[in-house]
Amino acid sequence: MTRLEPGSATHESSHFVASGAQDRNMSASAEPALKVEGVIHWYGARAALTDVTFSVAPQSFTVLLGLNGAGKSTLFSLITRLYATRSGRLSIYGADVARSPGLALAQLGVVFQSRALDADISVEQNLVYHAALHGIGGREARARAAASLAKVDLSDRLGDKVSQLSGGQVRRVEIARALLHRPRLLLLDEPTVGLDIRARAAILKHVRALIAQERVGVLWATHLIDEAETGDDVVILHKGRVLETGTVAEVTGRQGAKDLSGAFSRLTRDEGDEGMR
Amino acid sequence: MTMATGYVPPRLGWRQYGICLYGIVWREALRFVHQRERFLSALVRPLVWLFIFAAGFRQVLGVSIIPPYETYVLYEVYITPGLIAMIQLFNGMQSSLTMVYDRETGGMRTLLVSPFPRWFLLTSKLLAGTIVSILQVYAYLAIAWFWEIEAPPVGYFTIIPALLLSGMMLGALGMLISSLVKQLENFSGVMNFVIFPMFFASSALYPLWRVQESSPFLYYVCQINPFTHATELIRFALYGQLSGLSLAVVAGCAVIFLVGAVFAYDPARGFLARRG
Repeated sequence: MTRLEPGSATHESSHFVASGAQDRNMSASAEPALKVEGVIHWYGARAALTDVTFSVAPQSFTVLLGLNGAGKSTLFSLITRLYATRSGRLSIYGADVARSPGLALAQLGVVFQSRALDADISVEQNLVYHAALHGIGGREARARAAASLAKVDLSDRLGDKVSQLSGGQVRRVEIARALLHRPRLLLLDEPTVGLDIRARAAILKHVRALIAQERVGVLWATHLIDEAETGDDVVILHKGRVLETGTVAEVTGRQGAKDLSGAFSRLTRDEGDEGMR
Repeated sequence: MTMATGYVPPRLGWRQYGICLYGIVWREALRFVHQRERFLSALVRPLVWLFIFAAGFRQVLGVSIIPPYETYVLYEVYITPGLIAMIQLFNGMQSSLTMVYDRETGGMRTLLVSPFPRWFLLTSKLLAGTIVSILQVYAYLAIAWFWEIEAPPVGYFTIIPALLLSGMMLGALGMLISSLVKQLENFSGVMNFVIFPMFFASSALYPLWRVQESSPFLYYVCQINPFTHATELIRFALYGQLSGLSLAVVAGCAVIFLVGAVFAYDPARGFLARRG
């Protein structure tokens, strides 16, 4: 389990360094799954991210928690190199996203907030296309597609068009696709948006199970506090700044709140936010 | 290479590049096959020009003997290379439209988070669109053949490199434009400001000497229009000949547009990151 503690004097500084439990998790691997160091991003004159620093340990579940507009999707766009990192550094298992994008992206699986499957072609064709984008072709691609779909209980939908799937099934296919090239870090940007309670719970359970099964580190961006569990690591992002980071218990304890929702409310109180459910 | 953690990164050698290119072309072809209306409209557009427009204008417009033709030709024969270039122009812009759509729906992200270099991914996508446009051109040529618009047999082979080059140029232009178009709704402007002016201010529908007679300024505009040179490159290639000037202009413009598109889609420098 990752344990992150404030590295500098105040929470407002947004600087946090890995220590404690995170070090134990990292003993098997010298580098964190994801390291975000002093990242700043601007849209014109508007600051979207301000000095964002945190890390995700290998084989851990980290919740990136923030309201809409907090900067979660911008951060994901920087990690996936859709936007350039102009200030700060991002690395995936030590591979700098800006300097070694090929190595960094090869270790990364992504489920974007907006659905990115091609609705006009079949589930298998979507997966085989994704495999080709990672240099995996032919029989191996089809075998991996079948195996990945079996893991999300969608083997029987292999030949169906994506447009014939429900919202929850599309998300499961996207997760299967993100794992096809065997990444070591999985990013999910609000993957449960638009899903019903049952589908949400199923997706969350499946992704949590992947940490042991696929040995991936997970960064789960959400605005829904109830998606974080007691043992998870949490990074609270608000208006482009990291306000808190640590395990749910640590964050709750430091804020003197009875639960994470209360801690979030306290952290963002001056902004007039009431927390999220 | 094995990293300190024991992780062996995937090898991205020639074979993997080939797989990636094949995958992108295959996906583009699949989409094209699944979108039958796109294929039909791509085919109907030049056929309407050929069967209706050309039939009406053949009596109005006289075409003198100009290279590569060695005799008087019917107007339908004259505009065939222009209509072929039109197929590629519309296909290039259609691909561009698809890229804007993909960007809105997230499909573009799937492509761009691949570990392969971005220039390679964009060039592969461009090549995929060009191959699809060549299939459309051959479908059009087959129908035109039944209409007794025939090129020399060798022309059906020598046209391929010309189609590849002109398709890449027009596709790269579309890709560059797609980086500038923020929303799908803004795309109608591309029709009005790019496709129509490029098509009409060219040698596709009338020989340039005719344009010169009526407007020297328009003649100058037509001469610097890369679409004119795409049309002429195709026209000469269809008769087994080479237009050196057109080849140079089309190749040069293809490189410039492609570099511009790669620049625009480069996260460190392009327009996408600045727009947010």
